[in-house]
Amino acid sequence: MLPMAGAPTQPLEFHVTSETHPPNGTLLGFWVYLMSDCLVFACLFAAYGVLGRQFAGGPTAAEVLEIPTVALNTALLLLSSITYGFAVLEMQRDRQSPMLGWLVVTGLLGLGFLTIELREFAHLISIGAGPQRSAFLSSFFTLVGTHGLHVTTGILWMIVLIIQVLKKGLITANKRRLMCLSMFWHFLDVVWVGVFSFVYLMGVLP
Amino acid sequence: MLAHPDLTKLIFGRLTLEALPLHVPIVLGTFAVVALGGLVLVGALTYFKLWGYLWREWFTSIDHKRIGIMYMILGFVMLLRGFADAVMMRAQQAISFGDNMGYLPPEHYDQIFTAHGVIMIFFVAMPMVTGMMNFVMPLQIGARDVAFPFLNNFSFWMTVAGALLVMASLFIGEFARTGWLAYPPLSDIVSSPDAGVDYYIWALQIAGVGTLLSGINLLVTIVKMRAPGMTLMRMPVFTWTALCTNVLIVAAFPVLTAALALLALDRYAGTNFFTTELGGNAMMYVNLIWIWGHPEVYILVLPVFGIFSEVTATFSRKPLFGYTSMVYASVVITVLSYLVWLHHFFTMGSGASVNSFFGITTMIISIPTGAKIFNWLFTMYRGRVEFEVPMMWTVAFMVTFVIGGMTGVLLAVPPADFSLHNSLFLIAHFHNVIIGGVVFGLFAGIYYWFPKAFGFRLEPFWGKCAFWFWVVGFYFAFMPLYMLGLMGVTRRLSHFNDPALQIWFVAAAFGAFLILLGIGSQIMQFAVSFKNREALRDVTGDPWNGRTLEWSTSSPPPKYNFAFTPLVHDHDAWWMMKKHRYQRPLDGFVPIHMPSNTGAGIILAGLSFVFGFAMIWYMWLLAAVSFAALLLTAIAHTFNYHRDYYLSADEVRRVEASRTELLARHV
Repeated sequence: MLPMAGAPTQPLEFHVTSETHPPNGTLLGFWVYLMSDCLVFACLFAAYGVLGRQFAGGPTAAEVLEIPTVALNTALLLLSSITYGFAVLEMQRDRQSPMLGWLVVTGLLGLGFLTIELREFAHLISIGAGPQRSAFLSSFFTLVGTHGLHVTTGILWMIVLIIQVLKKGLITANKRRLMCLSMFWHFLDVVWVGVFSFVYLMGVLP
Repeated sequence: MLAHPDLTKLIFGRLTLEALPLHVPIVLGTFAVVALGGLVLVGALTYFKLWGYLWREWFTSIDHKRIGIMYMILGFVMLLRGFADAVMMRAQQAISFGDNMGYLPPEHYDQIFTAHGVIMIFFVAMPMVTGMMNFVMPLQIGARDVAFPFLNNFSFWMTVAGALLVMASLFIGEFARTGWLAYPPLSDIVSSPDAGVDYYIWALQIAGVGTLLSGINLLVTIVKMRAPGMTLMRMPVFTWTALCTNVLIVAAFPVLTAALALLALDRYAGTNFFTTELGGNAMMYVNLIWIWGHPEVYILVLPVFGIFSEVTATFSRKPLFGYTSMVYASVVITVLSYLVWLHHFFTMGSGASVNSFFGITTMIISIPTGAKIFNWLFTMYRGRVEFEVPMMWTVAFMVTFVIGGMTGVLLAVPPADFSLHNSLFLIAHFHNVIIGGVVFGLFAGIYYWFPKAFGFRLEPFWGKCAFWFWVVGFYFAFMPLYMLGLMGVTRRLSHFNDPALQIWFVAAAFGAFLILLGIGSQIMQFAVSFKNREALRDVTGDPWNGRTLEWSTSSPPPKYNFAFTPLVHDHDAWWMMKKHRYQRPLDGFVPIHMPSNTGAGIILAGLSFVFGFAMIWYMWLLAAVSFAALLLTAIAHTFNYHRDYYLSADEVRRVEASRTELLARHV
């Protein structure tokens, strides 16, 4: 389209003549969501930082936290991140069955993590070290429990995605969802590294 | 009631007939009015057979323009409720002296000031600001919709669900009596065992989900969906401020979520985060809530700065003065807003060095804000200023906001704050910046973009009445509070002994009455404008001779906003197009990819409302069922892969041709 006579500068186009497709923003959006979730954890870490030594005459961190169990737990979760990575590699090669296989392994490792965590919680409550006992235990249960709740959500999401991949195959929408869950799962791993170092390792220091 | 007490408890939790305010005549009267109004509305909708239309075209709509408009309506309706609270407080304080105890008992008065604050911030200012961004921003960047259209609809309905919970507390049970931030230990289960604080928590948590998701949505929209050629430094200033605000939302609201979740755990699970025993620390709550709370102030005011920037440039017929400095000022405010939270509680006793740090950062924040004021003034300088209603609001804003800003700097001085803390001086200050800034700005924006949204202009006479009533009313209502605050009167009092103070409160009540006339004028304005809509019709799509892309399309814009995505070469894209005598394309249309409407958002939000209500009243069975339903509905929604369709080129041609015809008829 040419400008009419008297236009101040050389002709300029002012619209795109074909249909434009802006780039899909799901991954960015999900990443931004993860950062907001990260801030929820930041608050819980801060709360633990403030209250983590407020034992109120009750059990201390060094008395109730068992490093060997948690080491096993950490190993399970870190391993599950690697297996999710394998699932993504298979997804990129469009190999559905191995991808699903790795997803199942990841889910089982996550389930193992949750089982051990719940056993730890049950044990603490049974010896009278429940979340109501002291501010330390309140913040401990809340921080670790919120992480556990996220892992639970991740596993539920994994199950849904497995069904969706079985139904629809590795279509673009499903691949995008798998990438989102991948970010979510790795994010939980990173948070757990923080929990492990900040709560468990530092907690058992004298 | 059921015969078996355990079963009754399982189903109804702690909700009993006593929770209904049958013994409080004021609430009963309000209920009668609301119920009657509701019945009339429902009856009218049924009579005119509008339910299907509303459901198909509005409630399930994923069109950012319609969602934006619905946000504005929600904000306006809640403004009426919040303002009714304000009038009740002003009336109580104007008469409650000496032997006269006023007409509100303290426990009712305390609910009113809490509800007033919560409603005005979360359910008036937030929806209106979000609605404004929703409607305007995608049009300004030349986009078809937001990045996640379904999420947008869901966010809106979650905000509605939160608002409904607050409204429900008026008639079922009670609202919190704690002040709008519900500080523990007052808000813990020992001091506030009733359902009030739980209403507060669940209303804000549910609405908060909506706010956060809408923040992510709009942020991604701005980052990913700008028209080709629109670099960041070519974005309209309103879009820039929307970007800053959405960054703030994403970075601040999780802190509110966490703080309220911890408070909820203290109340529901007996943990000891903020209790006064077993190691809890109530000041941690105050810190957390203000780490959210201070950025929240800027979440509200930044987009409004954007509105003023658009209005000033348009009605001064000049490009905005100092575009770059305006952008940097917004970004600096965004960052600094996280470094000032402690000035809300200098009296906590954190020591001289901490207090001075936060005092100084607070004073520094007035520098970028001052830069903005000068930019607006210099935009007007030697411009051909047209005093249309939005420009009047802008001038009133500049005068009023500068006063509010200066009293803010006074409060930022810790020694001064020690005597002014929680006094009416503080109340006057933040109403000065929020009404003088946010509210005036929203009214300017509503008048400015109304023709874009509805296709006809607002009628100026009632607009000017509203303007004068509001502005004069504001000064009458809040200047006396500055004086009272300096005399040492603290906030949240329902009765006074010193009769010498009464005259100030009467003046403030008169101010509230003037504002009431202002709101009345606004309602008249909407009614009169709707009646005369044919005479006020905007056929050009550009009633103000605007500068940015939203004015390049029709009023109201077609579903797809732009038949062809605009190409941008500089800021003030539409101004440049007009300078180059841009001709609308009349053929060569292509099919347009569009998202489909869905009812999932309103259903999920409805279930969230039920879940929240069940949690408030300890109805564990209903809570479990509604939560499961929520989860299953959300999962079921992800199995729907067909969320979009193509609008055919013929349909686009038909819509565009009707606009061509309309333009030809009105040359």
